[in-house]
Amino acid sequence: MSDHDHAHAEHPHTNYVGVWAVLVALLVVSVVGPMLGHPVITMITAFGIACVKAYLVVTKFMHVNLEPKLVTYFVATCLGFMLLFFAGVGPDVLKHEGTNWNNVAAKAATARGMAEHEAAKAAGEHH
Amino acid sequence: MKPIATTRTVIGMSTGKLAVWWVIASEIVIFGGVLASYIMHRIGHPEWADQAAYTNTWAGAFNTLVLLTSSLSAVLAHQAAERKEGKKAARYLYLTCVGAAMFLVVKSIEWSTEIHHGFTLQSGGFWSFYYLAAGIHGVHVIAGAILMIWIAQYAKKNEELQRVEYIGLYWHFVDLVWIFLFPLLYIAK
Repeated sequence: MSDHDHAHAEHPHTNYVGVWAVLVALLVVSVVGPMLGHPVITMITAFGIACVKAYLVVTKFMHVNLEPKLVTYFVATCLGFMLLFFAGVGPDVLKHEGTNWNNVAAKAATARGMAEHEAAKAAGEHH
Repeated sequence: MKPIATTRTVIGMSTGKLAVWWVIASEIVIFGGVLASYIMHRIGHPEWADQAAYTNTWAGAFNTLVLLTSSLSAVLAHQAAERKEGKKAARYLYLTCVGAAMFLVVKSIEWSTEIHHGFTLQSGGFWSFYYLAAGIHGVHVIAGAILMIWIAQYAKKNEELQRVEYIGLYWHFVDLVWIFLFPLLYIAK
């Protein structure tokens, strides 16, 4: 191990079992929350809590805040590329039609799927 | 003579550790691309909710618990390595591998059940993404477990203990990916 790594090896005393317990508690909330069936609660408990869990893993287990700033910068750059990709491709995928274009296949797939959904729903109600 | 990556420092950390962070940054682009594509298509195709309804939430939740616990054992291995307790670090690495094996067993049961019910890679857009994202992640779990066994062989002899931290960083990233895959594939129905 290099001398520098020795200096970095002195991580603050973190209660790792405590962090794990919090992560497990958050997992329980992320499973139970969506069972309430409310879309807003589902978004917060499933995806909001996923972000909190990720933050805990990155800071408490990966100790990213103790690494040189450059690590944060190039990881953030890659996340930025992901967002750029989303912003660039999103308009073509999120929508099925626009100015001078019409995604016939996607529209047909959605219409077919929704028709099957309605048919299954009607069959369920009938029974 | 020790490999140069373990002794040379760049930007204030060993080149070995910098390489692991570089791998993680590259993986963000790989998984990020898959997840961003999935999110876009999922929003654009409301009918996928019917397909997503068949994934087993409890299996996904159990696997999340397994990976969170294996991340705990990975960070405890790192802590033991810091204290120069190589044998203890190796034991924690083996424990992390047990977590990896449990994860893969549950995933295999899940996949075989789904395939048995007719949900294959070609059953629709949702299932394509489901098998692709979970499959790439599974490959990373297998790779991580193999590397951990290899590193543990050295760690138990108190050799190359810096590698315990490197594999730990990789493993936490594998855990991170699953933290986002779980709500996307199992909760959003």
